Amino acid sequence: MSTPELAVEAVDLGKTYGKGAKAVHALAALSFAVRPGIVFGLLGPNGAGKSTTVRILTTLARPDRGRATVHGIDVGRHPDRVRPLIGYVSQKPGFDPVATGCENLVLQGRVHGASARQARLRAAELLERFDLTAAGRRLAGSWSGGMQRKLDVAMGLMHRPRVLFLDEPTTGLDPQARQELWAEIARLARQDGLTVLLTTHYLEEADHLAAQLVIVDAGRVVAAGTPDQLKSALGGDTIRVGLVRQPDADRARVAIATVHGVGTVVAEGGALHTRVRNGAAVLPAALTALDAAGVELASVSVARPSLDDVYLHHAGRSFREADRLGTGPQVVSL
Amino acid sequence: MTATLTHARLLSGRSLRTLSRQPAYLLFTLVQPMVWLLLFGQLFRRVAELPGFGGNYLDYLTPGVVVMTAMMSAGWSGTSIVQDMERGVMDRTLTSPIRRSALVTAGLAHQALVTVVQSLIMFATGLLAGARYPGGARGLLVVLACAVLVALIFAGLSNAVALLVHQQEALIAVAQFLVLPLAFLSSVMMAPALMPGWVARAARFNPVDWAAVASREALRAEPDWGLVLDRTALLAALAILMAWLAARAYRVHQRSL
Repeated sequence: MSTPELAVEAVDLGKTYGKGAKAVHALAALSFAVRPGIVFGLLGPNGAGKSTTVRILTTLARPDRGRATVHGIDVGRHPDRVRPLIGYVSQKPGFDPVATGCENLVLQGRVHGASARQARLRAAELLERFDLTAAGRRLAGSWSGGMQRKLDVAMGLMHRPRVLFLDEPTTGLDPQARQELWAEIARLARQDGLTVLLTTHYLEEADHLAAQLVIVDAGRVVAAGTPDQLKSALGGDTIRVGLVRQPDADRARVAIATVHGVGTVVAEGGALHTRVRNGAAVLPAALTALDAAGVELASVSVARPSLDDVYLHHAGRSFREADRLGTGPQVVSL
Repeated sequence: MTATLTHARLLSGRSLRTLSRQPAYLLFTLVQPMVWLLLFGQLFRRVAELPGFGGNYLDYLTPGVVVMTAMMSAGWSGTSIVQDMERGVMDRTLTSPIRRSALVTAGLAHQALVTVVQSLIMFATGLLAGARYPGGARGLLVVLACAVLVALIFAGLSNAVALLVHQQEALIAVAQFLVLPLAFLSSVMMAPALMPGWVARAARFNPVDWAAVASREALRAEPDWGLVLDRTALLAALAILMAWLAARAYRVHQRSL
């Protein structure tokens, strides 16, 4: 079987801002590969180098070291040939607030070489798709934040790119607008076969959307795989048993500890936690043992490790902590 | 080349549409030149009693204020670039197939058009206020050309500064720093013969003065075309240099990303 063409490939990308003592190493030998037709996530705390990576891949910035390709074309050597293939939605709003939604879309289409008629048709199609038709003739500056974000994404799609880059697409959106945009992003890859590369510092977002992801920390990839692979790689699940009566805790602990495959059991209030290799396999035996011991259960859950656990494992600190402190340069978002 | 022109047309269309949708800003853009002309015309009216002005100060003043206004509004031209950079508009533009030359051309074309409209308003105001321009239509065309060249020079400079400093405040400071000295170290308001020697010498290197000299000359009944040509050639050369500088500044900006 021949290897299918990669949609995006980054090899040992390095980028340093500034010189001497003030130098900030935004990227240090960052590598990853994206196969076509999936949502690929670049997950990392603020300042990890995600935006810098996207800037390089979209021909905006040049790497100091390493190389990157989009559908086999080198972004540094042939930016002109890469630009028609990509759509880019940056963190900051990229529409003109004193133009209508429709005008914004049409200009974007014309810039990419569409005729006025083609651009109008495509604009109408995208407004419809993003449920913006009713607002299409109003100035985009008067739209809600969620609608504006959708307009930004629609503008990135006007010229039917093969790869869409979304830099922190849902930052600042309310939960409902975020859900809507998630649904739309998932549909782009599923129905249209588009490759979507998105950066995010929301664990839930990467978990929900990305078929493949890399976790980026301090300018390098610290883990790569599907969200499930990354979590499974940590090994094991957590079984949590909630008790009706707290005094049962000791009896329950003894009972559950006899089950094959169960390690340390921790009692915490009216609940027991235990780490096991395969939760689904161990659970029936654990329930039988508890039942035999006459312990009445209020709740049972099997939880896989979260991406936060994955990040904690690889970066040595919790994701939220890193996000709060920032690990990298503050200057990258010019 | 055709793609560059199409892009330039699309982008200047966008900026003119933006201007037309900001009525307050548009109004000031059009009213301000009238105010300059009438204000200076009134304030310095009696200056014309001195030799070297030919009797009516407004006749003398109009071409100078036209080129001064062209400089002043062009100095602000970079602010829309800073706005685009503060939003994601610049990033989006730079990842599209638009060429840097089209970006520069669009910005300059917009400024040139605004300048022509402002200049015509000032001439109309001057005529209504009693000024007379013996040079006629031919003279008027030369003044418009000079005003446009001044606009290109300062818009190119303003765009380049915007791309290098990325900051509204810094850009405005640079514009403010240049505008008044350049207006006053010139023959815009004061006849060359009456200037202190050092000001006259400084004015020789001031593009605003080149434009004022050429414009006033072209509006005379019998202009010295050699002088007009000399000054417009200098203006054109500087305009090309500034446009090139603006294009270079896009590259420097991108290298900083």
